Amino acid sequence: MFRIRAEKDFWAGLLYILFAVAFLYFGRDYKMGVASRMGPGYFPLTLGWILFGFGAVSVVRSFLSDGPKIGGIAWKPLAIITLAIIVFALLLLPLGLIIALPALIFISSLASAQSEYDWKAGLILIGLTIFCALVFVKGLGVPMPIFGSWFDGLVPHNWQR
Amino acid sequence: MELFNNLWLGFGESFNHINLLYCLIGVFLGTAIGVLPGLGPAATIAMLLPATFAMPPLTALIMLAGIFYGAQYGGSTTAILVNLPGETSSVVTALDGYQMARQGKAGRALATAALSSFFAGTVCTLLIALFAPPLAEVALKFGPAEYFSLMVLGLIASIVLAHGSILHALGMILLGLLLGLVGTDVNSGAQRYTFGLPELADGIGFVIVAMGMFGIGEIIANLEHEATRDVSIKKVEGLWPTKEDFKRIIAPTLRGTALGSILGILPGGGAALAAFGAYALEKKVSKNRHEFGKGAIEGVAAPESANNAGAQMSFIPMLTLGIPSNPVMALMIGAMIIQGIQPGPSVMTEQPKLFWGLIVSMWLGNLMLLVLNLPLIGMWVRMITIPYRYLFPAIIVFCAIGVFSLNNNVFDVYLMALFGVIGYVFKKLDCEPAPLLLGFILGPMMEEFLRRALLLSKGDPMVLLTRPISATMLVLAVVLLGLVLLPSFSKTREVAFQEE
Repeated sequence: MFRIRAEKDFWAGLLYILFAVAFLYFGRDYKMGVASRMGPGYFPLTLGWILFGFGAVSVVRSFLSDGPKIGGIAWKPLAIITLAIIVFALLLLPLGLIIALPALIFISSLASAQSEYDWKAGLILIGLTIFCALVFVKGLGVPMPIFGSWFDGLVPHNWQR
Repeated sequence: MELFNNLWLGFGESFNHINLLYCLIGVFLGTAIGVLPGLGPAATIAMLLPATFAMPPLTALIMLAGIFYGAQYGGSTTAILVNLPGETSSVVTALDGYQMARQGKAGRALATAALSSFFAGTVCTLLIALFAPPLAEVALKFGPAEYFSLMVLGLIASIVLAHGSILHALGMILLGLLLGLVGTDVNSGAQRYTFGLPELADGIGFVIVAMGMFGIGEIIANLEHEATRDVSIKKVEGLWPTKEDFKRIIAPTLRGTALGSILGILPGGGAALAAFGAYALEKKVSKNRHEFGKGAIEGVAAPESANNAGAQMSFIPMLTLGIPSNPVMALMIGAMIIQGIQPGPSVMTEQPKLFWGLIVSMWLGNLMLLVLNLPLIGMWVRMITIPYRYLFPAIIVFCAIGVFSLNNNVFDVYLMALFGVIGYVFKKLDCEPAPLLLGFILGPMMEEFLRRALLLSKGDPMVLLTRPISATMLVLAVVLLGLVLLPSFSKTREVAFQEE
């Protein structure tokens, strides 16, 4: 029986194949053109096939020679950090920086086993939020709402930007 | 004489209060992130790029460059004091620097590191001023075929000198090239891989890729091996090296500078490899080689001069050819493009003030680092004691806000989260993100140059081999690749990177 002897080679190769197939599949209708007049599909489809080749070699190699194991995957930080950023993006426009930033900071802090939730951490959270609102929105003029659209009419207009 | 005229022009440009201030901000920030483990210059520059939109081009580049070489200084400070190298390039410095610190010679080690770095920085400023113009002259004669081959060579060289599996690095380059093609095809106007999303019509912003993979991906990886940093520092005193010290560091500094300058020009070479090479060289040739590893001052001077030289010289391919040799240079190219400057050999002739201003600013920045850093050591040391649990949410905040401000669009924030996941997964599989970013930047350029080359040759691919310069570069690329695949070479390469 075939046995995966190099886990990292196997999964990396599989990922390359997946990406290659995706680029080849979604690019299947792009015109190839000819070499003297390369169409939009010429370069990406050629690269896609080469990437597919590299992926295949990597997978085959993983059965033939020994390699390092992957070890554990840090699912918790991976999921929490990703979630934190998504929540930030969801909240930013409706609620504004004043809610989205603390949410981002709080959720992402859950990813660390060493996070402590004392007054010091709270102070940093508030300080960082105010700092960002002042520096990025007021100072550098990033068009990011401090108070989002839900606060329309509830707070003075110049607080929102 | 032209050399001095050019440098004088550069002085005139960079020596005004705005540029000096931003140079100072750059080197200050650079030192700070160099001190902090887990935050590198690539992620920092990516975070600050949006803030540079409103600046004049020269000011923006001066600040970003300052971050890059400032990080080399900061990294060595913590390597010496607490055996925590902030940057990979200062790993070697920790070997002897930390031993010196334990023997109560921390001040002398720090001063040696700063002085030899400054020396290397000065020499390299002159070297860039000397060699960049002729190189750009040659590059101006390049046609599309030469450019295409040069980029192939650059990409291949960057993986030979980087660590990790060659096959994986090649895969990452290809993936980067492909991701770089997402968006509107400039030639036909066709939408490629945009899935009908208007946000993707202009392509994926490379800042998003860089922040996702270097910023977010790194954070997730760091949280996996969370360790409490126990930092105890002895008081630093006796900053000035003795006469005896000076005698011992002159030769290693010269050798380190020379080696770093050579390795720095090569794509992918850069600071880390230079530092390692210089240390290995000193271990072979030094009179005091028995002291190495036990606090030899040569073991600080050589890698420090080499990593600074390497960092500085990697600007040469970027400034003269428009080709990035490492992720930081790729970001600098991105900054230039954002400012409406097409990187390449024409920068020097069309924007002489920008070009020479940047070069002179590097020397001024090195001087600032020398003058500022030694008195500020206490502050940097206190900075390492900031626990990572306070640091990483702040990094995520700056990344998220920075990415949003690119196009004032939350779509980009989602995209960054996606690249964070991709970055972490590939990191777990020992696939380095750097080749992907290089490919990402070069992808559209390579396609365009290949298209033009084949158009001129009426579709004959042999044009890449019949033009002598182009053929030479492709042959070099093949030779390099062949070398790596040779068993004896790959063994040496493995050993070389293991000690990192």
